[in-house]
Amino acid sequence: MGVKIINEKCVGCGMCVKACPVGAISMVDKKAVIDYDKCTSCGACVAKCKFKAIESDAVAAEAPKKDLSAYKGVWVFAEQREGVVMPTTFELLGEGRKLADSLGEELSAIILGDKVEGLAADLFAYGADNVIVAEDALLGTYTTDAYTTVLDQVINDMKPAIVLIGATNIGRDLGPRIAARLNTGLTADCTKLEIDPERRIILQTRPAFGGNLMATIITPNHRPQMSTVRPGVMQKMARDDSRTGKIVKANFTIKADDIRTVVEETVKAMKQTVNLVEAEVIVAGGRGVGKAEGFKLLEEVANELGGVVGSSRACVDAGWISADHQVGQTGKTVRPKLYIACGISGAIQHLAGMTNSGCIVAINKSADAPIMKVADYAIVGDLYKVLPALLDELKK
Amino acid sequence: MNIIVCVKQVPDTAEVRIDPVKKTLIRDGVPSIINPDDKNALEAALKIKDADKDVKITVVCMGPPPAEVALREALAMGADEAYLVSGREYGGSDTWATSNIISEAIKYIGNYDIVFCGRQAIDGDTAQVGPQIAERLDLPQITYVQDIKMDGDKITVQRALEDGYQVISVKTPCLLTCIKELNEPRYASIPGIYTAYQKEVKVLSQNELNIPADRIGLTSSPTNVHDTFTAETKGAGVVLTGSEKEVSVALVENLKAKHVI
Repeated sequence: MGVKIINEKCVGCGMCVKACPVGAISMVDKKAVIDYDKCTSCGACVAKCKFKAIESDAVAAEAPKKDLSAYKGVWVFAEQREGVVMPTTFELLGEGRKLADSLGEELSAIILGDKVEGLAADLFAYGADNVIVAEDALLGTYTTDAYTTVLDQVINDMKPAIVLIGATNIGRDLGPRIAARLNTGLTADCTKLEIDPERRIILQTRPAFGGNLMATIITPNHRPQMSTVRPGVMQKMARDDSRTGKIVKANFTIKADDIRTVVEETVKAMKQTVNLVEAEVIVAGGRGVGKAEGFKLLEEVANELGGVVGSSRACVDAGWISADHQVGQTGKTVRPKLYIACGISGAIQHLAGMTNSGCIVAINKSADAPIMKVADYAIVGDLYKVLPALLDELKK
Repeated sequence: MNIIVCVKQVPDTAEVRIDPVKKTLIRDGVPSIINPDDKNALEAALKIKDADKDVKITVVCMGPPPAEVALREALAMGADEAYLVSGREYGGSDTWATSNIISEAIKYIGNYDIVFCGRQAIDGDTAQVGPQIAERLDLPQITYVQDIKMDGDKITVQRALEDGYQVISVKTPCLLTCIKELNEPRYASIPGIYTAYQKEVKVLSQNELNIPADRIGLTSSPTNVHDTFTAETKGAGVVLTGSEKEVSVALVENLKAKHVI
């Protein structure tokens, strides 16, 4: 058994019942009881119990006590592709700035590449105090082996307390590999970060179970504390070109033999992709649109508002619209000023990708659809009647 | 050639609902499935076996005893051998500890040319275990694989990026993580289902693997769950009523008044 209730300490408050992600705890005679057929020993209840009435009897580790105090400062992995800093990096600097300020420590960007020192100005302008530069011809194009080898050395050398990496396709390749090499924890795809002021550790919140549940994860006894952060969620600071900082040359060695993969070529997708993440207005369609042609009407409304067209997963799966329009857990996370959801019921996976929008308008035939609960303005009706009327009104 | 495919049994998250009163996940009646990306990984291995009958495919699944069902399904689809990695000591493992355990199981099985994983599991969505197994086995990794071409011990793949893809080559042994664009997983055949239940699912526990206690389980995991909660929904909005024209007028007025448009 991984987790057990200590009956004498249990006061029957029920916090653990709420905390259990798998519904394995119930109250019997005002005491918590664990259903071990369901329990996955995840430990969520242990953390939640205020009365220390739940214990994990998993074998306690004799972890070699690292001197955690040697680790200081917040780092952002500044991802660049072909000499251009990825936009997510600036979002991470905005968030990293807040974390560093609440700790009273410095914010550093670390950039790897071939002749990338010139990019430091961008990183200072968006909030970095220091830019750590690791330059080598072998770092020009990202490879897992080269970047892991170099980051491992630099992190061990300079000992940051927190490392943030954008959850891009490259960040999610690099993050787990480097965390495993450093033998530290990594929390994937975070949507919220904050500092616990007492313990001076980072609280990392992320969606789990397909967005059905949010979990806050900590890395109490290992350093650095590492997170990958979902693109489009954090806010960058206003660019300030008067900001400067210190450029630090990283100490490392790398040789060609360290790299076991060969990047033969990088191919850009030919098709025009829609930029959902940066759009201020999104007009999104769901199953209620009913057919591929229906998206033309949405596009007209979007064009009138200077926005773009989004969709739920159902429409992508039905082949009505291409996957780059998809908003939600498996698509893009967006936070436009205005999100108009047309014929979208609002499955939790979709809501996970758009509830942070500034203003949400929902047009749906059913007043009971979940999307109506998150909407600022809900209109019960047929989108094929409402949208033409709305279009007329917008054109006035 | 020997191929190992790592699979996970997961609750079908599309079927998971939140109890509106208790705010917990309702898992009763939610079907358990092979994680979708892992099925693409298995299909990739089966395609290699289609072209070369000497390929042996071994599936590995870490989970509680009921996860055997996932392994039977993998056998029915065409895998040759199956191992269930299971033990109470392994409960509560985060991705670091999980990759320690699965990589020890793979070392125990031994003799592998390719390790396939799905990119990520739909219950955790971390995409971390694949790369972390690669690190523990000291293998080169390629993630987000959407196309595979085999040429002896050289493999050339397309790795998906947000705005296109890279063509990357690697020599075996290596670890690849697969995405749904890679292929369309086959269904189990009737003879396959029949033979799947003739085969043995071997269980690997701490008795066989004997992994140091400080590398497994809840208390050794670097990350801990501090809190869980259901996603908050906003307060009630305004329901606009009337004819299509009336609601449109009201909406545009409201949006303009709040400077949204």
